[in-house]
Amino acid sequence: MNGGNRGVRGALAAVGLAAAVALTITGCSPAKPAPTDEGTAGGALVIGVTSDPDTLFPWKATQFQAVNVLQNLYGTLTEFDADLNVVPGLAESWEASEDGLTVTFTLREGVTFADGSTFGSEDVKFSLEAIQAEATAAVSRTSLASVAAIEAPDEQTVVLTLTAPDAALPANLAVINMAMLSSDDTEAELNTTPNGTGPFVLEDRKASQSLTLAKNDAYWGDAAKLDTVEFRVIPDESSIVSAMQSGNVQLAVFDDPLVAQTAESGTVTVEKTPQLSYHALQLNARRGDLADVNVRLAIQCAVDRQEVLDTAALGEGEVTGPITSPAYRSDPDARPCPERDLDQAAEYLDKAGKSDGVTIKTIVSQGEYATSVNEAQNLKAQLAEANITLELEVLESGAFVDRWIAADFDAAVALNGGRPDPDGMYGRYFTSTGNLNQVAGYSSPELDALFAEGKQSSDPDERKDIYAQISENLEDNAAWVWLFTSYSYTAASSEVQGFTPMANGSLQYLRTTTVN
Amino acid sequence: MLRRILAALATLLGVAVFVFIMLRAIPGNQITAGLGTEAAALTPAQQQQLEAYYGLDQPLIVQFFSWLGNVFTGNLGFSARAQQSVLELTAQSLPVTIELAIFSIVLALLIGIPLGMLSASRPDSPRDAFGQVVGLAGLSIPAFLLATTLLAVLASSFGFNPNGEGYAYLVDDPWLNLQQMLLPSIVLGFGIAAPIMRTTRTAVLEIRSNDFIRTAKAKGVPPRRLQAKHVLGNALVPIVTMTGLQFGYLLGGAVVVEQIFSLPGIGRQVLLGIQQKEYALVQSTVLIIALSFVIVNLLTDVLYRMIDPRVRAA
Repeated sequence: MNGGNRGVRGALAAVGLAAAVALTITGCSPAKPAPTDEGTAGGALVIGVTSDPDTLFPWKATQFQAVNVLQNLYGTLTEFDADLNVVPGLAESWEASEDGLTVTFTLREGVTFADGSTFGSEDVKFSLEAIQAEATAAVSRTSLASVAAIEAPDEQTVVLTLTAPDAALPANLAVINMAMLSSDDTEAELNTTPNGTGPFVLEDRKASQSLTLAKNDAYWGDAAKLDTVEFRVIPDESSIVSAMQSGNVQLAVFDDPLVAQTAESGTVTVEKTPQLSYHALQLNARRGDLADVNVRLAIQCAVDRQEVLDTAALGEGEVTGPITSPAYRSDPDARPCPERDLDQAAEYLDKAGKSDGVTIKTIVSQGEYATSVNEAQNLKAQLAEANITLELEVLESGAFVDRWIAADFDAAVALNGGRPDPDGMYGRYFTSTGNLNQVAGYSSPELDALFAEGKQSSDPDERKDIYAQISENLEDNAAWVWLFTSYSYTAASSEVQGFTPMANGSLQYLRTTTVN
Repeated sequence: MLRRILAALATLLGVAVFVFIMLRAIPGNQITAGLGTEAAALTPAQQQQLEAYYGLDQPLIVQFFSWLGNVFTGNLGFSARAQQSVLELTAQSLPVTIELAIFSIVLALLIGIPLGMLSASRPDSPRDAFGQVVGLAGLSIPAFLLATTLLAVLASSFGFNPNGEGYAYLVDDPWLNLQQMLLPSIVLGFGIAAPIMRTTRTAVLEIRSNDFIRTAKAKGVPPRRLQAKHVLGNALVPIVTMTGLQFGYLLGGAVVVEQIFSLPGIGRQVLLGIQQKEYALVQSTVLIIALSFVIVNLLTDVLYRMIDPRVRAA
């Protein structure tokens, strides 16, 4: 059974690798002989999506489809490269003062918005101040918590004054919820007419049917190679697969390995990309028996994570520790009980005085992602052997979200989004003042201190060390039980070239994509 | 007639109240539907701001009557997601569903009536068994299975997938539109053919046992004419009733088929509205669906009067 699974996994990995190699080769070859050969490639790309954006206003967009579209329409001060390193965006460079309390951004010259107006420092000041204002209800407001003042001394310079050094700031500015808007625009206007500095502009939208982008010729970077990109709404994933096989759709991203498998055919290749998002059993350390660290440790020791991955997700993924950001990735073996250990679990329960066992009420969402209920059932079966009863409450996703937001659960089977910077990823969960700390259900003075240190240090090696300590602290206290990360599957027909999928799911490399 | 119209209005009001209450009873609202778990990060001030924006800060009774009042003035609400009024959205989606419903019903009648007559022509014979098996298949094969199978096989083996091209409205590109309607109509038509076939069979058998058929036969009416005029003509009332009912259901949106074949019909409009918790959109659209149902029922009644003089007399 196990061997068989591994065989399938190996084969799939080989295919993924082959696809990656093929993409790299084809991606490089046209660029080398004729680096100035732009605009001739062109073409129209059709991407199959199950839903169209639920909003076109970047500061409020959290839906995956909305983020993917808006990333191609708007610009941010900083950006991520393919490996999720922070690179310059609308800001050509930035520099922190000696004490780390002032950050000066130098803006790129000659950047224009889609409506032709010029982008400048007053737009940055306007945008950042609006994001900070509660009345805007921007979702990234807390990422600017350390920013006390925003000055625009001249057209190309923006100076941020901070209350404390913030090493996570450059990465936090790279997300689309931090998009730079023109100071002349309002939310109502942008809801129908996006006006950004991105490589594409909105050409046409038919609500719940399709959304078409056209190349922005005035883009500050290398102009996009495609003439148009259509996001075509095909609500059913297997219908997207059919549309790829009949050649109507050339690119699609799937989460479900089963669907991805069916998409693979003569003309369609599928590439796997490890994701930042992670599957976890969230524990609420402020409720009932879970308040005792020994009960939490017992749970963590009684779970074989690979088994959850194999049974619930066909083994498609990797066992993970807390931090999934590539540069800071936690070592999944650095935890109490890296292997399942029922004796150890029993010992922890003894220490907690709960040798008779405990009952944990666990919420599970149905329909939000494919593997949730299977994960929950496997966890329940495994924990039952350690005298721990998971009482599962399977909820429709809306009901799950309501309970999750209210932190109304002992435990929750969850798929949470990850971020390239570990502070952005967990600072809001596990610091006592974090805006998701109530949901995280755990904080400690040690963690508060470590997170503060991580923000203050700008030395990459030092930061790595700090976040390794944070990761260890979270595991040693069994704040949650981290399970595994999964892949996303990019299916592309053979005429699509030059597209690079990213671990955060971003489609920003549409700008380098061509269709023959 | 007046009494019927009053009863219809009462039904519509009942539907409006029921949908309003059901929607509020579903967990979540437009804020959490949009932001998902990120809504946990909202500060109280942000939360208030968003509630005011979506009109969720009003008492329920005010929400209901302001919506109902707006409906009477022709304002069915606004979809923040689509950035269009519900009236505009419905003007686009309702014709799609009506077109689909008409094609499906025509197909269902073309399959169901001949099959029913075939079955009834010699009950308990092999041809009856054939008709019954086809009918049973139509009833028991779920639409989603037939739809996905048809789509997958035709797309991968023959490259035929007009529905992958993005929906074309009848007025814009009639040829592509008709191709896109083909598979969904077949799937729906096949399913509806079953009850029509069974109704036809039962009705024909019952009519045939009547005295006037024997009399007509004795008078030397040719068999073909006897079947078409005397038997089928008299069996039409139950068939029309059944067809009217099915047509009404279809106008409610064949949600599953619209999903699989990417048809932007009214069923998908309601589904998206529910997912996004766009209350006004769902309330207004369901009201329009209920209204269509009522109208189809009235039309069915009118049809009775045309085909059966006895109803006219009563």
